[in-house]
Amino acid sequence: MSAVAEVTPQTYRSAEAHAFQAAGADFLYLVPSGAIFRMEGLSKEIVDLLRATELSRDEIIDCFKGRGYLPGDIEGTLDDLEQAEALASNHVKPVKPALPIQNFPLQRVVLNVTNQCNLACTYCYEYSDDKITKPDGKPKYMTRDVAEAAIEMLILESSSRKGIHVTFFGGETLLNFPVMRSTVEFAISKAAEVGKEIEFSLTTNATLLNDEIVGFLSEKRIGVTVSIDGDRELNDKMRVFHDGRGSYEVIAPKIKKLLKTHRSNSIGARVTLTSQVSDVRRIYQHLTTELGFDSVGFSPATASPDRLYHIGTQKMDNILDSFAALAWEYRDHAVEGRQHGFTNVSDTLKELHSGVSKAYPCGAGLGLLGVSTAGDISLCHRFVDSPVGKMGHVKDGGVNHDARREFLSTHHIGARYDCHTCWARPVCSGGCYHEAFIHYGDTAAANLHYCDWIRGWNDLCLQIYGEISVRNPSFLDRFSD
Amino acid sequence: MSRLNAVNKKARKVEQIIDAANGDIEALQSKTTHQGRIYYPMGCTLNFTPGWEVDNSGGTAGLCQPVERDLFDCYLGCGWPAQVPDHLNNAPEWTDKCSSAANDWRKVDVVFP
Repeated sequence: MSAVAEVTPQTYRSAEAHAFQAAGADFLYLVPSGAIFRMEGLSKEIVDLLRATELSRDEIIDCFKGRGYLPGDIEGTLDDLEQAEALASNHVKPVKPALPIQNFPLQRVVLNVTNQCNLACTYCYEYSDDKITKPDGKPKYMTRDVAEAAIEMLILESSSRKGIHVTFFGGETLLNFPVMRSTVEFAISKAAEVGKEIEFSLTTNATLLNDEIVGFLSEKRIGVTVSIDGDRELNDKMRVFHDGRGSYEVIAPKIKKLLKTHRSNSIGARVTLTSQVSDVRRIYQHLTTELGFDSVGFSPATASPDRLYHIGTQKMDNILDSFAALAWEYRDHAVEGRQHGFTNVSDTLKELHSGVSKAYPCGAGLGLLGVSTAGDISLCHRFVDSPVGKMGHVKDGGVNHDARREFLSTHHIGARYDCHTCWARPVCSGGCYHEAFIHYGDTAAANLHYCDWIRGWNDLCLQIYGEISVRNPSFLDRFSD
Repeated sequence: MSRLNAVNKKARKVEQIIDAANGDIEALQSKTTHQGRIYYPMGCTLNFTPGWEVDNSGGTAGLCQPVERDLFDCYLGCGWPAQVPDHLNNAPEWTDKCSSAANDWRKVDVVFP
């Protein structure tokens, strides 16, 4: 045996990426960087060839010289592709060790100002059979001093971050409007003392909106998300009062008034899709043209597979088809430079435009924490009053940094092995912790039940992104901030 | 990088990194419009360019620039005043006796901050 190890000749293959076409052009979405390149001529031919086979540099040059390309061009293109990591080599580069996240500054708290609700929506994750919360023995309403302690915690934990955000959530948030109002005033003055910019948002079922509340929301520029599932027939299938009455009749006039009066911040509709409520176009049409919303976002209800309202695989495929039809309509608007309110598309385009490559699926436990009525700090608003994801108490020691660090180290994309071969992981990163907990009993599990759906959706949005980049690139400037 | 067209912001960042890594060291004075190129002052000791401080025999005779050059070429040539006395306000005369750095560098005044 020779004392000198034989050096393996360097060979190249196409790196992990998702190729797609749009507006007659060829694109490459690189994984895990999230970079999107348009390929032409030689670069596309090299990537295509090396997808099927692994060749040395000399073999690649010989192959393309035979096709009439100049050696200098082939070399240069190979270098560009390799440096952009569109090609991978068998000579493995040392991997930089990832540093564990330390002291990530907090950006947002979600205050569950009450765990009570005047509606009894069948699918509610707080009260349905899938609930993970244990509100027994906990206060029904957050008190002023707990809310103010949460604001002080946010300011302290936001460290040097200039902009901070408070979201008011429930139950039905407006059942505790007095505390919400006093907390907004308190937070504004506290933020001004330390020179931070603070913003607010609210999620509501709209049943309790009145002139006083709408006036306050408008004056304080509070963003509003209204939970509503479409027209009367669709909305009232799930969104009902405790006596079974539908809520549409009560909320429709209040929403119209809200949209007319409150113009200082965005007001969006948030639709929960179920097996019975899934007509995306009909819902979108009603909420935009009949009620006047500028933006509408859709999300399937989180539910165990044995719930009646759970959306099965077949139905989810149908939903993807109807999402696609509405998404192409978004594309048509974008190409003409017009606004479209389908926020599932605009949210994804924003992430594709910046080229996110997420280590975590969302900000929960990272830049965002939830606070329960009792002051317990949790992973996010979906985990308040649950023993899972507890991270301290606003009045008793603040954020438990050990628990937060432990959570972040066990939920990093590097630890989600199922995701390591998926091209959609820069955007998805495994999916919602709460969804994973309901389906698999483990917040760290990847949401394998909707992988195909996520890949289908991201492929669709990449095509739309590519087409806009060719036909009306200036439209993408709105995603630049 | 001209053979791949960057489309999103991440791709443009990748492009800038590649351009910067491939760019030559250029004199600060000849700054062009290339995006992402890192400009080093030519001959600046911050480069740690091999052969700048000593030549290949360990001496200074074979250097492409005289070693004395960095006494004040840092800011006369490159607008990089940190390493030398302030010629405008506090020590306007510190090089008066030194008309040529390569020949007269011993005549440069000693300036105490």
